[in-house]
Amino acid sequence: MTQTKPSQITVAGSVENTHANNGHSHPEKWEWYHYFWYNTDHKVIGIQYIVTAFMFYLIGGLMAMAIRIELFTPDVDFLSPEVYNAFMTNHGTIMIFYWIVPSAIGGFGNFLVPLMVGAKDMAYPNLNAIAFWLNPLAGAFLIGSFFFGGSQTGWTAYPPLSIITANTAQSLWILSIVCVGTSSILGSLNFVITTWKLKVPTMKWTQLPLFCWAILATSLLALVSTPVLAAGLILLLFDINFGTGFFRPEMGGDVVVYQHLFWFYSHPAVYLMILPIFGIMSEVVPVHSRKPIFGYMAIVYSSMAICAVGLIVWVHHMFTSGTPGWMRMFFTITTLLVAVPTGVKIFSWVGTMWGGKIRYTCAMLFAVGLLLMFVVGGIGGVTLGNAPFDLHVHDSYYVVGHFHYVLFGGSVFGIYAGIYHWFPKMTGKMLDERLGRAHFLLTFIGTNLTFFPMHILGLQGMPRRVALYDPQFAELNQLVTYGSMILGLSLFPFLVNVIWSWVAGEDAPDNPWEALTLEWQTTSPPAIENFDEDPIVTHGPYDYGIVKLNRTPAEVSE
Amino acid sequence: MQQNHHEETIPGSMWTLAVGVLVTVISLWVGKNLSWTMPEQASLQAPLVDNLFDILITIGTALFLLTDGAIIYALIKFRHRPGDETDAAPIKGNLPLEIFWTAIPAIIVIFLGIYSTDVFREMGGLEPPGHHMGGSHSEMAQVMTAPDPDNESSKYGVGAAPDKQNVPADLQVKVTGLQFAWLFNYPEAGIMSGELHVPVGKEVKLELVATDVLHAFWVPQFRIKQDVMPGKPSQMRFVATKTGVFPIVCAELCGSYHGGMRSKIYVHTQEEYDAWLEENAIAAKNQDAVETVAVNTQDLSDEEFLAPYSSDLGIDRDTLSEIKSLASAITETAYQ
Repeated sequence: MTQTKPSQITVAGSVENTHANNGHSHPEKWEWYHYFWYNTDHKVIGIQYIVTAFMFYLIGGLMAMAIRIELFTPDVDFLSPEVYNAFMTNHGTIMIFYWIVPSAIGGFGNFLVPLMVGAKDMAYPNLNAIAFWLNPLAGAFLIGSFFFGGSQTGWTAYPPLSIITANTAQSLWILSIVCVGTSSILGSLNFVITTWKLKVPTMKWTQLPLFCWAILATSLLALVSTPVLAAGLILLLFDINFGTGFFRPEMGGDVVVYQHLFWFYSHPAVYLMILPIFGIMSEVVPVHSRKPIFGYMAIVYSSMAICAVGLIVWVHHMFTSGTPGWMRMFFTITTLLVAVPTGVKIFSWVGTMWGGKIRYTCAMLFAVGLLLMFVVGGIGGVTLGNAPFDLHVHDSYYVVGHFHYVLFGGSVFGIYAGIYHWFPKMTGKMLDERLGRAHFLLTFIGTNLTFFPMHILGLQGMPRRVALYDPQFAELNQLVTYGSMILGLSLFPFLVNVIWSWVAGEDAPDNPWEALTLEWQTTSPPAIENFDEDPIVTHGPYDYGIVKLNRTPAEVSE
Repeated sequence: MQQNHHEETIPGSMWTLAVGVLVTVISLWVGKNLSWTMPEQASLQAPLVDNLFDILITIGTALFLLTDGAIIYALIKFRHRPGDETDAAPIKGNLPLEIFWTAIPAIIVIFLGIYSTDVFREMGGLEPPGHHMGGSHSEMAQVMTAPDPDNESSKYGVGAAPDKQNVPADLQVKVTGLQFAWLFNYPEAGIMSGELHVPVGKEVKLELVATDVLHAFWVPQFRIKQDVMPGKPSQMRFVATKTGVFPIVCAELCGSYHGGMRSKIYVHTQEEYDAWLEENAIAAKNQDAVETVAVNTQDLSDEEFLAPYSSDLGIDRDTLSEIKSLASAITETAYQ
C-alpha cells in the first residue's frame, strides 16, 4: 500500500482510511479463488459482475432458444403455455436485470471508472461489494421462483394478471427485482461520489473520459427512477400477499397506476442499458480510428439531455392503455425529442471515424455493427413514438423487433465491443482476433435475420407474448427461428476464445491498442491499487495525432 | 443530409447532388411501396395510419441510407493501411456541423410531432378525453344528458372523427374481454355473440370492459387497438370501409392462452347485417339466452377456435355456454 502524499486531496486519503479502519490487507496479486468470495477491489467486483451476468446471459439465451423452437410452428407443441410464459417473462427479466444492466454498469463501470479517473478504488469499497453480492441473492430468488411455476406475467408484471397468477413465484420475482434495484441504487451512489471526489486533481472535467460521463448520467438516472419501481413492486407484493387492493379493481384499486409506477422506472431503464454502452462506444471508436473523439462536449451534453428527457417519456409504453388523448400527444412529442441527442451521438461517432485510420479490430467491428443496427433500432423507435402509428403496432412483434435491435444490436454488441477492447487489461491476456471475427460475423448475421422479420410480423398483425399464433405468420417465424439458431451458434467461438485465451492466451502488453486513457497507463492486469502513485494528467483522453506515443515495434493492433 | 460530405475535399457539389438525388428517390420509392408489409385497409383510420407510416419510413430510409452509407464509406475509405503507424489528423469537432446535425433532426421531429397530432385528431384519438378531462361540471352534465349514458366509457380510447363528434354512433356494442374469449352484447337487439357483426360504412362504437385481467382489442385491418381494462371502461369508434371477415386479436398478455384469444369481425352489407340481426334477435326471444349461444351457428367457430386446446383447457360446448352466461351476467353488472 503506497503512502498517500500530502499534496493529494483528502478524499483520496479517506479511501486509505476506509481500508485501514477495516483492517483491510491484501496479497500482492489476486489468485483465481479470490474472485469467488467477498472482495472490495473494484476490479475484482467488476469481473465478478461481468462473469455472473454472462452466466445469466447463457440461461436467458437458452430460454430464448426454447421460445423460438416453440414458435417454429403456430401450435403449442414444445412447451406448455404456462412454461412458455414463464420463459418469456424470465428471458426478459434476466436479459435486462441480470445481464445488460449488471454487466454494463456494474461490470465495466466498476472495473473502469476508478482506473479512468486515476483512483485506487471506488469511494465506498464495502458498499460496492455489498451491491454486487445482492445480485447472487437476487438470482437465487429468481431461480427459486421456478420451483413454484415461475413468474408468468411478463417482465412488466401488470396487475391484475400478476395478482392472480402463480402467487409464490410472482412474489419471489418481486423480491428478486427489489434486490437488484437496491444493488443498482447502491452502485449508482458509489459511481457519483467516486467520479465527483476521487478524480485526480490534475484531470479537468473536460478531460474526464466519456465513459465516466456516461456512467455518471446513468447513475443519476438510476437514483431518480429506481425507487419508484421498488415502490410499485412492493405495493404489488402487498396486493398479492397481504390483502391490500392498490391495483385490485374490485377493491377500488387502479390498474393503470401500476403501469405509471412501472414505466417511470422502466423507460429510464432503457437508458440505463444504453448510456453506458454509448460510453463504451466513445472509448472504443476513437482508439481504433486513431483520431480524437468528434465533439466531446456535444457527447457530454447529449448524455445529460437523454438523462433529462428520458425521465418524461414513459407514457409512450401506455398509448393504448387507460391514457387520455392529450397525454398520448404530449408523450409523443417528448419521445420524438429523445431522437435528437441520440442522433448527435451517432453522428459524432461517424464524425470520429471520418478521416481516421480505422483498424478492423474485433472491438471496432462490434462497435461498427452497433452503429449500423442502432440506426435501424432508432428509426423504428421514432415510428413507435408516434401514438397514431403505435395504436396499430403496440404490443405486436414490431415492438419486439425494435427493442431487440436496440438492446441486442445496441447494448449486447456494445458489451462485446467492451469485452474485446478491455479483455487484455482485465486479464492480462490477448483474445484471438480470428475467432473474434467469426463471432462477430455470426452474431451480426444472426441478429438481423432474427430481429428484422419481427417488424413485418408485427405490422401484419402478430401480437407479442403468444405461445400460439395464426398460421399465416408461420413462414416468417421459421426464418426468425433459423436466425436465433445462428445467434446461439455464435456463442461457441466466443466461449472458446475467452476460456482458451484466459487460460493459455498470449500475454497482453500494458497498452495493446495504444490508447491514451489512464487505465492503459498501468500494468495489464492493473496492480491491486491500480497506480504506484497518482497519475498526472497532461493531455486529453482522446488526443490522438497530438500526443506522441512511445510505440514499440512488437505491438500489432490488427 | 450532406453533413457527412461537408469536411471532405474531393467530391464536389455534383457528387453530393447525385447522392442526394439517389437517396431521395430510393426513400420515396420505399415509402410508396410499403403496402405489402401491412394487412388490407378496412377502416377510415387505416389509410391515415398508413400515410403516417409511409412518411416515417421515407424519412427513416433517407436517414438510414445516409448514416449507414457514411459508416460503410468511412470503413472503406479511411481504413488503416498496413505499415502506417501514424495517427490520423486530430480534428476534434466542427461547431457549425454539430449545430447542423442537431438542428435538422430537431426540426424533423417537431414537424413529425405536429403532423402526428393532426393524424391522431383525424382518427378520433383526441375526442373522448380532451373534452371531458378538464371539463367543468356543467359540461359533464351535458354529457350525462346525451344519448350515451355511459359517459365513463368515453374517457379512454379512440372516439369519433372530428366531423362526427356530436353524432351518436349508428350502432353500439358492449364488448367484454375475459380469459380467453371476447363477448359481444347488442343491447338493443338483445343478442349475445362470440363474434362481432357490423354493417359496412356505419359509425360503430364499442364499449370495452374486462372482467378479470387486462386485454387489448386489436383489429390489424383497422389499425386501431385499445386496452380493455377491469374497472376502467374504454371505447373504440370506427367506420368499417370494406366487407369481409377480419381477425380480432387480444394484444395484452392475459394468461397462458393469450395467443388463442382470437375472434372475428364480420363486416356485412346493410342487408346482410339486418338479416343476421333479425335471425339472432328472433332466436334470442324464443329461447333462453344461454341456449341461444349454445345452439347458435356462431359458436361452431368458437368450437373450431377452441378445438386445438380444448382438452388442455377443459373447455367444451357446455362450459363455453356456462362461461358466456356468467359473462353476460357480469357484463350487465359491469355496465350498471
